[in-house]
Amino acid sequence: MISALWVMVGISLLLGAVLGFSAIKFKVEGNPLVEKIDAVLPQTQCGQCGYPGCKPYAEAIAKGEAGINKCPPGGDEGIHKLADLLGVEYVPFGEGTAPKPKAVAFIDEQTCIGCTLCLQACPVDAIVGAAKQMHTIIAAECTGCELCIAPCPVDCISMLPLGEDISSWKWQYPTIPLVQVAAQ
Amino acid sequence: MRPLFKFHGGVHPPTHKAESTGRPIAQAALPSKLVIPLHQHVGNRAVPVVQVGERVLKGQVIGRPEGRLSSAVHASTSGTVSAIDMQLVAHQSGLPDLCITLIPDGKDEWIAHSGVDYRQTAHTDLRHLLRQAGVVGLGGAVFPSDMKSYSHKHQIRTLVINGAECEPYITCDDMLMRERAGDILRGAEVLRELLYAEEVLIGIEDNKPEAIAAMQQAVLEDKHAHMEVIAVPTLYPGGGAKQLIRVLTGIEVAAGVRSTEMGVQCFNVATAYCVWRAIAFGEPLLSRIVTVTGNVEHAQNFEVLLGTPVDELVAQAGSKPDTERHIMGGPMMGVDLPSGSVGVTKATNCIIEASSRLFPPPPPALPCIRCTRCADVCPAELQPQDLYWFAKARDFGKAQEYHLFDCIECGACAYVCPSHIPLVQYYRFAKSEIWQREREAQAAELARERHEFRLMRIEREKQEKAERLAQKEKAALAAKASAPAPNPEPAIAAAPATADPDDTLQMRIDAAVARAKEQAAAAQPKNTDALTAEQQAEIDAIEARRAKIREMAAHAGADDEPPKSNQG
Amino acid sequence: MWSSPFITQPSSVSQIMLRVLLALIPGIALYVWYFGPAILVSIALASVTALATEAIMLKLRNRPIKPFLSDNSALLTAWLLALSIPPLAPWWMVVVGTAFAIAISKHLYGGLGNNPFNPAMIGYAVLIISFPVHMTHWLTPHALGGTELTFGEQLGYMFNGALPAGLTLDAVTMATPLDTLKTQLHLGLSVDSIRDMPIYGHLAGKGSEMVAIGFAIGGLYLLFIRIISWHLPVAFLAALFATAGVFHLVDPVHYVTPLFHWFSGAAMLGAFFILTDPVTSPTTARGKLIFAAGAGLLTYLIRAFGGYPDGMAFATLLMNICVPLIDAWTQPKVFGKKGGGK
Ligand code: SF4
Ligand code: SF4
Ligand code: SF4
Ligand code: SF4
Repeated sequence: MISALWVMVGISLLLGAVLGFSAIKFKVEGNPLVEKIDAVLPQTQCGQCGYPGCKPYAEAIAKGEAGINKCPPGGDEGIHKLADLLGVEYVPFGEGTAPKPKAVAFIDEQTCIGCTLCLQACPVDAIVGAAKQMHTIIAAECTGCELCIAPCPVDCISMLPLGEDISSWKWQYPTIPLVQVAAQ
Repeated sequence: MRPLFKFHGGVHPPTHKAESTGRPIAQAALPSKLVIPLHQHVGNRAVPVVQVGERVLKGQVIGRPEGRLSSAVHASTSGTVSAIDMQLVAHQSGLPDLCITLIPDGKDEWIAHSGVDYRQTAHTDLRHLLRQAGVVGLGGAVFPSDMKSYSHKHQIRTLVINGAECEPYITCDDMLMRERAGDILRGAEVLRELLYAEEVLIGIEDNKPEAIAAMQQAVLEDKHAHMEVIAVPTLYPGGGAKQLIRVLTGIEVAAGVRSTEMGVQCFNVATAYCVWRAIAFGEPLLSRIVTVTGNVEHAQNFEVLLGTPVDELVAQAGSKPDTERHIMGGPMMGVDLPSGSVGVTKATNCIIEASSRLFPPPPPALPCIRCTRCADVCPAELQPQDLYWFAKARDFGKAQEYHLFDCIECGACAYVCPSHIPLVQYYRFAKSEIWQREREAQAAELARERHEFRLMRIEREKQEKAERLAQKEKAALAAKASAPAPNPEPAIAAAPATADPDDTLQMRIDAAVARAKEQAAAAQPKNTDALTAEQQAEIDAIEARRAKIREMAAHAGADDEPPKSNQG
Repeated sequence: MWSSPFITQPSSVSQIMLRVLLALIPGIALYVWYFGPAILVSIALASVTALATEAIMLKLRNRPIKPFLSDNSALLTAWLLALSIPPLAPWWMVVVGTAFAIAISKHLYGGLGNNPFNPAMIGYAVLIISFPVHMTHWLTPHALGGTELTFGEQLGYMFNGALPAGLTLDAVTMATPLDTLKTQLHLGLSVDSIRDMPIYGHLAGKGSEMVAIGFAIGGLYLLFIRIISWHLPVAFLAALFATAGVFHLVDPVHYVTPLFHWFSGAAMLGAFFILTDPVTSPTTARGKLIFAAGAGLLTYLIRAFGGYPDGMAFATLLMNICVPLIDAWTQPKVFGKKGGGK
């Protein structure tokens, strides 16, 4: 009886040591949860979630300070992904935080006065131009966050919705036959 | 007899080939206009090099290849460029793409052109000629041929020439082989040279005895060494490159692997023909053979100028009035054209006029009953019922794990499915969804990197600024120390004492900033003498800039209307 | 928008199911020949119940009724269930079993194509667990002579539970050959002496062995027209034969011949019609072999050592549980990725 007890104690000590050791040995740098959440966020960096960028929002979610339905650019799917990742219930978007179609900013180069204000606002440095020179937007890098619109003193920035073209076109989920079934 | 191999599965749909093989290839009439897409090949879209209103000659380059993987686009006849704009193209999406519209002048006037002797020409030059001639795979894949006729590090043993043409209805390769076998073989010989291949195997399905005979005859007549015409069993999709390579050589080329890595390369017969025309005569790819069949009075093959509107083409075969749609390609893998106005492209091997009598809409889909008929016929040896399940549930990771991207979209599975599930559409949906996600993930990654870089940059700039300020402060303190100190500010003196040592630097910076502001505020209304010359200059510059911005803004605001209304 | 392929083979689920129903006919004909037409009444009753339940469930689940009702799958479930239970089973048993099979084991799992368990076997299992006594009264084949019920009397029993005056149930029914074998073995008799009993024929039970042959003929037809693949029946029969053979060789006094096992109980029906239900069997070739071999082994073990005379139903259900696992394990290599060189 006693020996069995000792064996059990021994085993648990050993296991505890192994666990403790591996905790030190395989320690993950940073906060993996934040990284994981950040990986799901769309990186538009628009601040619509109320945080200055996606990473701070990810941190807030990780701390449990923020809900998962605050990021409009991520869309409904983004909420689903967050819900999956965190193992929580899906929450729909609140009032007024509906996602918009994807767009890129466009600077009317005739009007631009080269004030550099938009340049400073852009979270991803997608605007090129120097003081007093016309600015232009690198469409491929623009996330569509709209942060550059407000600072522009001459309102020369507008958002152009990103239409579908042949290279970005997607096959639809095949609904037609199923609709036919349902209609019968 | 050469031992042939088998591939898994396959189906025997009714072939409907006899309808269009009764008549020889006819020259299609010159259309009233040509709509020539600039993206008719795999790779980058060609860049237009002509202007609207310009007169172009037949064979003149109107789209220059852009980047490594691209191909040239030519004027199919002489005439005037009437537009360079977005037009509907032969694509499943029904979306427009950049096209050059050409109004033929009826003269069909060639640009100066001449061929070369391929034996006397360097291989790189030959490949360049192919690229400039716009030669791409005409079997439907439209991959630029110059990129394929290149063996790189790999030793190519076998060149497979694909004359199998397994899809129902299509007979353009069949007729080409019957009528122009000699040129096909000469083209194959050029390709063999380019690839240093040891043997050329020409695979033709055994339901085309005339084509087989014609090709065999041509091999004998021209005394082509290392060439063999081989009849392969008729079995859809035996004309898929992978399947034909498997049947002829026993080699299985997995998805994502280049066949050259396994010592084989495969070209379509029509491509070989065009290679010969391009090399020996300097004729770029301006036309192709198109089967027009289905709901027409007299199905036939036509030699059609690229860009010919489908409407004008099918009229020549007598398209019947109850035709509802045009299918480009065969009934198994073809594309439902968005409109009859689209131009014939390099990929257009067949136009099937479809009516609901010939192609009744599929009955409603039932759930999958796991009968595995689809798996039995899948040439890629997949489990289509599992792929369907995952695609339907949008479980894309799982679908990829079950080799979604090995699916060649041959349609055999959907053809046999007793539940009439549009299986291939599910796979296409899943594939394009996965691609889209990859694009999005890449964009997000880019944005994240750029954002982090920006944060880092701002931080760095802040620090540099702070350092500069700190230095300035030091200098000022030194200057003050030399002068009699009037009233030492208690806040600054107290700060280092009460603050946490780690915070000292930050506090001092803050304090310095605050004092600088205070000084500026205090100094300005009273005596500008207190300002250094440097400070004064800065203030002036700032003021000037402000004024200018204000003025320009007003100016621009006034000018704002006209360009905007122009845009609208 | 319509996408390729634009043509499909003229086959359909309802046509497949219809062929399977057709293939059951030789077996049913022999059944009627040896045991009288009562089975036809059971089948009809089960069919009507199945269709009605199917329609109600489709309505409740808000599904289109016509395409699903005409897919013949409910009919097949009904026929298989009716053929698995005693022909003299009272009408309410047929109704309860069929309704349970369709409503619970098919529709509550998502309907056609989504049920993990074979509905007919679920129905059978529910009946044998709930009404074990009724499930042991099988009609005596004509060949044995004895008292025979007329068709009218059979109907009378099925619907009213009343037998003609002076007759007891035991006089007109008997246990199945497998059941008898089990009971007699328990009583200490040897296989040989049991087999000498009048109810046994050349292969197995008199009459029932012929019915099994009828099912086998229908099964071969299905194999021939490629509605079913050979893997399932072959692996099942081989596994059953092998296991029974080993026991028989080791101890012929207590274990009957493998052929006896093949032709008694639901073995033939199961091999060709029950295991081959595509929805509840694996999809890969190797998976099918494993699945059917497992069912063969389990069938034998239940018959020889379990509490029930026949093991087909429980073996099938047990193997049904394993199907997703088997499928996941036996994924075949795809084109060009088989390894082992070129
Ligand atoms: S709302 Fe904008 S900043 Fe916030 S997480 Fe979404 S994309 Fe990032
Ligand atoms: S250009 Fe404007 S909209 Fe685009 S990322 Fe920068 S700030 Fe956002
Ligand atoms: S053929 Fe259709 S019903 Fe049969 S397993 Fe494949 S997808 Fe399912
Ligand atoms: S379409 Fe894909 S899954 Fe279907 S049979 Fe062809 S290769 Fe297999």
